[in-house]
Amino acid sequence: MFSMKSSKPAMAALTVAIIFAGAGCKKAIVDPFPASGAIAGWQKTGDTRVFAAKDLWQYIDGDADQYIRAGVVTTSTSDYNYQNHLEAVVDVYTMGDSAGAQKILAGDESKTGKSISLGDEGVAFEQSVTFRKGVSLVRIVAYSSTPDAPQALLALAHGVEAKL
Amino acid sequence: MKDRREFLKEVTAGAVLMGSGGKLAVAAIRDANPQPAKSKIVIARDPELHGTGAKTSAQPDEQRVQALLDRAIAAYTGHAKPVAAWKSLVPMDKVIGLKVNGLGSKGIATHPALIMAVAERLQQAGVKPGNIIVFDQNVHFLQACGMTVNNDPSKMRAYSSDVAGWDDEESAWGVAKIRLTKILSRDCDMVINMPILKDHEGAGVTFAMKNMYGVVDKPFTLHGNHCNPAVADLNCIPVIRDKVRFTIGDAMSSVYDGGPGFHPERLWYPNTLLIGEDRVALDTIAWEMIERKRAEAGLPTLEAAGRPPHYIAAAADPSRSLGTNDPKRIHRVEI
Repeated sequence: MFSMKSSKPAMAALTVAIIFAGAGCKKAIVDPFPASGAIAGWQKTGDTRVFAAKDLWQYIDGDADQYIRAGVVTTSTSDYNYQNHLEAVVDVYTMGDSAGAQKILAGDESKTGKSISLGDEGVAFEQSVTFRKGVSLVRIVAYSSTPDAPQALLALAHGVEAKL
Repeated sequence: MKDRREFLKEVTAGAVLMGSGGKLAVAAIRDANPQPAKSKIVIARDPELHGTGAKTSAQPDEQRVQALLDRAIAAYTGHAKPVAAWKSLVPMDKVIGLKVNGLGSKGIATHPALIMAVAERLQQAGVKPGNIIVFDQNVHFLQACGMTVNNDPSKMRAYSSDVAGWDDEESAWGVAKIRLTKILSRDCDMVINMPILKDHEGAGVTFAMKNMYGVVDKPFTLHGNHCNPAVADLNCIPVIRDKVRFTIGDAMSSVYDGGPGFHPERLWYPNTLLIGEDRVALDTIAWEMIERKRAEAGLPTLEAAGRPPHYIAAAADPSRSLGTNDPKRIHRVEI
């Protein structure tokens, strides 16, 4: 479920939906966040927050610029918890085109991580998974390192990928 | 509490915080030569803050954090007992803000254990719980620092700038033209700066001075030219310069590349607190720490990466005189 924290993000999401629909996308509105229990062990612990490009600084000021340069249109984020011992965040950046998603992933993260078969391209570390699919760039990050984190994150990533 | 206009009037009259007796309260009055010959910075380390070997934990041990803070403050003030040390630093009868940093999510935010350790010592030294305000830009950043929003004056308070609101009037110095959070301009008499050390995609390094981006309404307007001289100019705004007098810098964990967001694959544990009054000296040391770690990890220098933190030199420039970046004028006390 999407819950907008103010009317501005709501308008931004609506605008994105209209843009997608106008561009002839297959899906007018995409909710990429698996519900609690949809992926074994994972609970969605917060509402989804949505930021238009111009408001992205409210989420991650300083980091926002690189996404804006790559053509981000909207960013959605939600918190998750795995079996009550691993907290993680899922960020979904919807770019203007797939080249934007490719540009971000082509950063140095992809040079040191483990390449994974997910979406169009993906990379995994012990505590994070990043992949792109079409215009979407998804980054899933755990806040701590546990033995089961890599496998759990990958499962959640597949759940997100299936909804894109 | 007073508004910004009243506060500035008090600064001009040289009356601000005088009656309270704290060292920093007296220092808040500007004189013709505000910089001491050397700036004292305490670099306090505990290699076992996060545990050792396979037992390493993402969060530092609370008791060790308290002990490290006590050692750092003792080394800074010369008072072995924490209560006496804090009384020498802070006016007990005033409202003290703790400007934390939760922008990087709970993965790389000012640690709750440090915030609570500072708040506890302030209260033991005589500051009323309701006169302590933990704040940051928005409620999500506060939550990342482990804070629950609370504005009950009988307890330690925590609330965010997006709730408290921004000044009606713009504040300006050089290229910085912004509106300040009312938490800084209206609610607090003095602020202890509590940044967390990070690499920064735009500024190069974010620590003491850059943390002030979290007290303005539109920080993204200050990002041009790698935040130079915006960071320095922002810190020259009188309310910031005069109220934010002391830094307890969190370098217990850090990201050495890819910041300011949380990148666990670039996380490291310096297990360090950096404390002092000179924000430029603090940032100079912070820069050194990031560069050392980047070199160790085989990464290019920030200069080679195209984002050197030149704002630090700008802040030390005589036109601003916010502090010193000259290693010979920084008195490092390593414990």
